[in-house]
Parts: sequence; C-alpha cells; structure tokens
Amino acid sequence: MTMTEPVIELDGVHRRFVDGPAALCDVSLTVRAGEAVAILGPSGSGKSTMLNLIAGLDRPDAGTVTVAGVRVDSLGEAGAARYRRAKVGMVFQFFNLLDDLTVLDNVVLPAEMTGVGRGEARRHASGLLDVLGIARHARAYPGRLSGGERQRVAVARALMNRPPLLLADEPTGALDSASGEEVRALLRELHADGQTVVVVTHDESLAASCATRVVRLADGRIASDTRVVPGAAAGVEGAGAVAR
Amino acid sequence: MSALGRVIRAGVRRRRVQTAVTGLAAMMAVTASVLGGSLLVASDAPFEHAFVRQHGAHLAAQFDSAGASADRLGATAHAAGVTAAAGPFRTVTADPSGGPGLDLPADVTMDPMKLVGRGDAGGPVDDVTLSAGHWVSGPGQLVVSADYSGPELGLGQKVDFPSASGGVTELEVVGVARSVSRTADGWVEPSDVSALTGTKGAEAGLQMLYRFASASTTAQLAADRDAVAALAPPGSLSGSRTWLDVKRTSDDSTGLFVPFLTAFGLLGILMSVLIVGNVVAGAVGSGARRIGILKAIGFTPAQVVRAYTGQALIPAAVGTALGALLGNLAAGQVLAATEQLYGAASLSVAPSVDVAVIGGTLLMVSATALVTALRAGRLRTVDALAVGRTPKTGRGRRAARVARSLPLPRPVTLGLAQPFSRPARAVAMVTAILFGATAVTFAFGLGSSLQRIQDAKRSNADVTVLTSAPPRWGGPAAPSAIGGEATGTGASGGAPAARGGVDTAAMARAIEATHGTRACFGVAQTEVTAAGTTGSVDVTAFLGDASWAGYQMVSGTWFRRPGEAVAPTPFLTATGTRVGDTVVITDHGTAVPVKITGEVFVTENRGMDLLTDARTLAAAEPHLKAAYFSVALASGIDRSAYVRALDAALRPTGAIAQVGDGGGASQLLIMLDALTGLLTLMLVVVAGLGVLNAVVLDTRERVHDLGVVKALGMTPRQTVSMVVAQVVLIGAVGGALGVPLGVALQRIVVPAMGDSAGLRLPSAVLDVYQAPALVLLGLGGLVIAVLGAMGPAGWAARTRTAVALRTE
Repeated sequence: MTMTEPVIELDGVHRRFVDGPAALCDVSLTVRAGEAVAILGPSGSGKSTMLNLIAGLDRPDAGTVTVAGVRVDSLGEAGAARYRRAKVGMVFQFFNLLDDLTVLDNVVLPAEMTGVGRGEARRHASGLLDVLGIARHARAYPGRLSGGERQRVAVARALMNRPPLLLADEPTGALDSASGEEVRALLRELHADGQTVVVVTHDESLAASCATRVVRLADGRIASDTRVVPGAAAGVEGAGAVAR
Repeated sequence: MSALGRVIRAGVRRRRVQTAVTGLAAMMAVTASVLGGSLLVASDAPFEHAFVRQHGAHLAAQFDSAGASADRLGATAHAAGVTAAAGPFRTVTADPSGGPGLDLPADVTMDPMKLVGRGDAGGPVDDVTLSAGHWVSGPGQLVVSADYSGPELGLGQKVDFPSASGGVTELEVVGVARSVSRTADGWVEPSDVSALTGTKGAEAGLQMLYRFASASTTAQLAADRDAVAALAPPGSLSGSRTWLDVKRTSDDSTGLFVPFLTAFGLLGILMSVLIVGNVVAGAVGSGARRIGILKAIGFTPAQVVRAYTGQALIPAAVGTALGALLGNLAAGQVLAATEQLYGAASLSVAPSVDVAVIGGTLLMVSATALVTALRAGRLRTVDALAVGRTPKTGRGRRAARVARSLPLPRPVTLGLAQPFSRPARAVAMVTAILFGATAVTFAFGLGSSLQRIQDAKRSNADVTVLTSAPPRWGGPAAPSAIGGEATGTGASGGAPAARGGVDTAAMARAIEATHGTRACFGVAQTEVTAAGTTGSVDVTAFLGDASWAGYQMVSGTWFRRPGEAVAPTPFLTATGTRVGDTVVITDHGTAVPVKITGEVFVTENRGMDLLTDARTLAAAEPHLKAAYFSVALASGIDRSAYVRALDAALRPTGAIAQVGDGGGASQLLIMLDALTGLLTLMLVVVAGLGVLNAVVLDTRERVHDLGVVKALGMTPRQTVSMVVAQVVLIGAVGGALGVPLGVALQRIVVPAMGDSAGLRLPSAVLDVYQAPALVLLGLGGLVIAVLGAMGPAGWAARTRTAVALRTE
C-alpha cells in the first residue's frame, strides 16, 4: 500500500467529562488519506467523543488533534466552524436535515456559509444529488423522503464543500435494512473514489462492508486496530500498519 | 413530596431561563401596571380626592383683626349651613428678606408670606398634610407650604423677617406641608404671629375656615358667605376664597396632565397583559414534549395540567411579589412628582391598585397557563412526544423561499424566514414592539409639543429692558406676558407696572440710540373688563411693532393697527367671540371696541388676556407706560456687550437691561419630561422583554437545528446574525405600525391636554414630526427588537455544537 499523507492525527488524547470516567484515555491514532476507518465499540467506549474531537465539536483535556494539517484542539468556536466548513463533512445518525429547507437548500447550505456564489453552489449541489440518485427530490422537503433518501441528502450536504474527510456517526443506525444497505453502498462508492471516511458505528456489517480498517474502542482506549478488506467476511488481523 | 410536586419543582429548576424570563416578565408587568394603575387612580379627580381627605375648607375667610374679636368670630361657626369650622387663627402677611444660604440675587426679595398661627395641623377643617419634618412645637419654628411660590425652603432653613426698628425675627423651617385649600404660605406657633406683626410691612388678621352643607355652586357659596358675614362684626370680613376658586386654579394645571398620565397608564397595563400572557403561553407550550413524557409514564391529563400551571405560577408569583415592591417604590417617586403637578397632598399607591394588579396578574397567569396546558394535555401522548423540536411542516416555507432569493448572506436569510414558521409568536412579538414603538413615538411627540409650548411662552427678544424695580422672587418677571411662568394668584403675580415717575420715553430713546438695536417695542399691562365676562381681563398693550415677538397664532393674523387685537382661546370662549368679531372692553369707564384679528396661543392669566396696540387704549389710558421693552439685535451684535452699553445709557432712567426674555424653563414641563422619560423607558424595557422571551423560546426550541448549522460550519458571528435577523422584520413591522399609532396618540392626547386647560393649540405645537424623525422612530422598533434578541443570540453563539446536537 502506498503511504499517503496523514489526514487525522490524534496524539495522547485524554477527555473526561464531569463526574464520569475518562471517555478517552491516552488515545493516539493516525488516519491517512484514502482510508475508510470504522470505529467500533460498545456504548460508552468513547466512539462519539473521538468523532466530536476530530470534528472540532469538542476539545480534549490533553493531547493534540490534527486534521488535514489543522490543530483542531487549539481552535476557538469561529475557527472550529471555519475548519468544519473546509475540512470535514459530517453525516449523523438522525440525518439532522433542516425540515423547513428543501433538499437542495439543505445541500447548498455549507457552501453558502463559505461564501460560494449561489449559482455555483446550486450547480455543484445538483451534481451531487444526481450522483447520489436523489436529484428528483431536489425541491422536496426532507419530511417526505425515506430514511435512506434523507441520509443520502445528508451525505450530499457533507460532501458539498469537497472536504478531505467525511465523518459519519452511526449513519445506518436509524435506517431499515434496505435503506441501510443503500448507505453502505454509497460509502463504499465514496471510498472507492478516494474519499477519506471515518465511520462510528455499532454495526459490524457496516464496518465489514465499507471499511479498510477497523478500530475497536473499549473504556476509552484503543483495544484493536485492524486492516480489513472491504466486503470480506472477516478482517485480516494486523493488516497494514497499526497507526502509531 | 408528591410526584406532582417533584415534577413542578424539577420543571422550575431545570428550565432556569424560562423560569427567569417568566418571573422577570411578571415583575416588569406588575411594576408597569402598579405605576400605570396608580397614575390612573391619581388622575381621577385629584383635587376632589385630596379635598375630601383633608376636609378642605369650602370657604376660607379673612377678617380684620382690629374689627373682630376671636369670640365674635367663633360665633360664626354656628351660622346657618355651617357643618364644621376651624379658627379663628391669627394670621400675618409678612415680608421675608431671605435667609442664610438662600443666595438671592441682588435686589431680589422673597414673596410675602401669609403665615397662620396654628398649633395643630389637624382639625375638623383643613387637615393639613405634612410631607416632611414635623409640625410647629414652639416659637421660632415655621412649617412652610409646599405651594409657597418663593424659593424652595428646606428643613433647617432659617428665614429672616426684618422689623421696622431694624431687628430681625428669625424662623426655622421644621416642616413642609400642603393644604389643598391653600390656606397659608406657612404655619407658625400662634405666639409668633404677634412677633411677626411687628415686622416691616406686616398685615395682621384672623382666619376662619368653614365647611357647609351646601357648597357645590358659586351661588350657594355666596349665600353661605353672607350667612357667616351676618354673624361677624360689620365690615370685618376683609376677604374670602371659596373652594371653587382654588379648584379652578388647580384644574388649570391638573387638566393639562390627566390625558397624558391616563394614556401612559393604559399603555403600561395593556402591554403588561400582552407580555405576561405571551410568556406564560410560550413557556407552557414549549413544554408539550415533556407533557407527552409525563403522560407516557402515567400522569393523568389533570395532573399534567396542574403540574404546568404550577410550574408557571411559581416564578410568576415571585416576579409578581418583586414587581409589586418595585412598582410601589417607583410609583412613590412618580406620585411625589404627580403630587407637585396636581397640588394634591400625600398621593400614594391605592391599595386597590396593588390588590387588583397582583390578583389580576396571578389570575391571568393561571388562566393562560391553564388554557395552554389543557391544550397540551389534550394532545395524544404520542403526538405530544413528537412536538417541540421543529416547527410544523408547511409553515413558513414560502417565506423561506423568498428569503432564500434575497442577495443576503445565508445565515441572515435563514433568520429572516424564521418568524413565518411560528406566526402566532411572531404576531405577539410584533405587538410587543408595536407598543414599544408607539410609546417612544408618543413620548417624542409629547416632549416636542411640550418644548414648543415652552418655546411659545418665550419671546424672540434678544434683550429685555425692565423699566421698574426688579421683580420679586417667583414673580415674573417683567416679561411674563411673553415669556414668564404664570404664578397663580400669589401676591407677586403679574408684571410690575411702570412706576409713575419713570421716563419710558427716555428709555425708548436710549434703546434706539444704542448701536446694534434692530427693533424694539414696549409692553404695558393693564386690566379691563370685557362684555360677557365677569372677572377682569389682562390687556397686554404693545408700544411699537411686536409682530416679531414670536407669539404663535392658532388662527387668524397678528393685529396690524390700533383697534385690533389678538386673544387666546379662553378669552374668545368666555366672551363668545370668534376671529373677525368685535368685542367691547371697558377701560377706566371708557368703552373701547376691539376687533379680534387672530386667536393667539397664550397661557398666562388662564388665557384671559387681550393683546393689542397701546394706541387702542389711548382714549381710556393716554398715559399708559411700558413696564418693559423687548429688543431685537442686528445680526452679529454681541448681546452681553450690547447689554453693558445699554445699561450705561439707561442708568439715568433707573432701567435695567438683561439678556434674553428672562423666562425660565417651566418646572411643570421639566417634571412632565422626566415622567415621560421614565414611563417610556419602562414600556420599552417591557417590549424588549417580550422580544427576549419569544426569541429565547424560539432559540431553545431550535437549539438542535442550531447545532446542525454550527456543525456545518456556521461561525458564532454568523449565528448571532441569524438569530438577530429573526427579529429584524418583526422589529421593522412593529416599528412601522407603532409610529403612526404613536403619532395618532399624540394627536389625541396633546389637544386633549390643551382642551383640559381651555386652550386650542397652534399647529406648530402639534405638527412636531418631521420625516427624518419618523424614520428614526420607526427604526426604534428595530432597535428594541435587536436589543431583545441580542441575549439569546449570544447564548446561541456560545452554545457548544456538540451540546446543541445532543439536545432534544
């Protein structure tokens, strides 16, 4: 495998919430461009905390978080917002689409906040919707779409600013099996196109189907870090280098 | 604690912002209502109420002490129709020369004081109310009347009364009191009256105060007076004043303020009702999802309704208690000022106002909470659980599309469309801002009108030349006819007449000869009678062209020749004449026909004034002399230098020149301005609170969406602009609607104020709104809205994205 530039670098990250055990404890992890990483673990293992730290939604108590060359842990609110616009696309379990905006308006929103011209943003958004197979819903409101379609809209919105990193938090968690399969296929396609993807999930099948690497967390620590072949029935233990 | 109690306590604690806003809104609403209600109550016949409280004297009779003994006067208490009497009290009218610390200007003396010897403030008639200090308890003490027209005499102030022999009788002010019957300028120990009788210029007498069974008309009072006089030694009754005379004087000033205070009082109460209703409905409505959860775990609809009603009532009750406290404190201050305006004694918050406001507020909170909670309680559990996070689909989408097409940053267009998804809440916000903008516009208009009334009372004179001795303190100043303050019936009222020996012709020549004089006219004053009136009428007679003096015309034109005159509304009303009519006045027995060419805005002497060319009275008063001269200077002339030069030229004549017209700002108008400012501020704060509440509710409800857009990269600044943009349209609409309402209110209230005082106001006093001012006032609504939204906007910007995303 060709060694590419690291996109995510977590170095000795600690995060503890008030009156609770450490959510993350001395976690170090490197994710390189083009990887598709699934972060697995039971509830309370620190998966979402890690995702929030990478997305700049939260700050570590100790350690550093660097994403695409940006020291995320040292950013203020405004800096973190600008970072998210430029470097990260996020997909949530419950879609988090704005119900009072049309599908197209939801998708163009990140570009508009960056100051991209309306025409250019709409053209790009239409292209994304077309690629994702939901162009016919561009003028509809999210409430009318199925779960799978809504998650496609969320993915389109996440990709709107062409981020180097796509973060997905339980992207199939709120979907029926058919819709879940749609999303799995979509993530595979994106990875195949070279998109760096980090997926937080409980869903072993999602990890198995679209990840090239599986990181398992337990009690705020990395329990295992395994390279896998997407679509293979089982992972290949020790495949690739364990990041750090 | 029961489960219900725990739910209520938890609800109050957990929803701290909502609890605080509910409590704060209730507090402000109650404060404004207590203030407004108190003003309404105080404005309801203030003289009559004070008169009843003080057992006011229907007749205050002054007797000559030389011609009547105390015993003989005591017998008058048994005259036919007398129901109560007080006195006889020994009186003395004495001339105070000043006192330490009074710093009277050179050659200025204090007004004479009518002092009454009374050992007790109370009694069956004229129960005088102390507002500061204590009643006289021994010799050398003075309780001064709050209505004394001289300089303000505070507690501890010593006042000197010089005697003819060169000695001085000194009194120390130990109290301030008010008699609604205006029976004295001050009260002293009876034994002090003798001492003061020996002072220079003092006049001694005896005072009796009566209440009668029938005293509601002038005729009844005349009969009562005759009955009293019949029992007194013949010729001893030297003067009397009926309560109707006092009431008339009081109403002249009171009437001016009643419409104003009524308007503000009503605005305060209306707005309070709106805000509290809105806050409570919003608080309960936003809890619908929680209601669903409670029902899901087994709460009955009745329990849910009780829980939410209780949850709203706790902060509302605390806010109401604090508001009542603040309202009473604020009303105390405002009523103290109102006391001055109304000449009433000891105005205080009526207990009925407190009871009505507290009870009404809690009742309204309960009713609003009950209705909203009932609505939520009726929701199916599953629907209630789904309520809350997002607006109902379909609302505001068209607005969102329109906003989307605007060439504005996306966060701004997102905010602009937001109110359309919550139309009821938007309407409530618009209404709150409308009230605020109305109040600000009205206050601006009222203030401007009052300022113009004040300006109309000043002349355009650059320099005034007083032909006689300087005025006494509190008396006007010579220029009272064109600028001074009316001083009521005090001995000092009116302009000093030119002394017989003064050479006004020499003065006029000196003025004309002084370099820099552009125009000049003299003003003489005299009294005449007019056909159709019972009392005397002041005539302000001008020697020279006075058309530049600055009098404001209500209608018609300034007079142009002898035989013509202009008159204020009360004169025209009293004489039943109109502009163009001729009225016959009688001056020193000579009938003089005068043609009225215009209606002029003059408030002095209650508008019973006639302004004409002095030559109109030539046949009746050929030697009428100017009491003062008004001088206009050529441009570029330094007024102080001119006055110095003119003073030097006038020295042989004894006249004195002074800069300006000598008229000062009216204390009443200053007080009214202060009241306007206070009430407006309160209404604006309540309006801002209404916006704050609505935006807080909105922001809290949409916090999850907020997390989403922040996760997508919305910066704190963009978040603030989005939340603020939510209220921009609302503020603009509220302002746009509030401004015309405020203007309309000003056009109703200000003329009503004039009508109450018997005056028609000139258009210059009413037309105070210019286009730029209206635009700025309209923007005032926007400012209120933005200020109200800044708090929630800051909160939204500070909220951590991860927390917002986790929020349900």
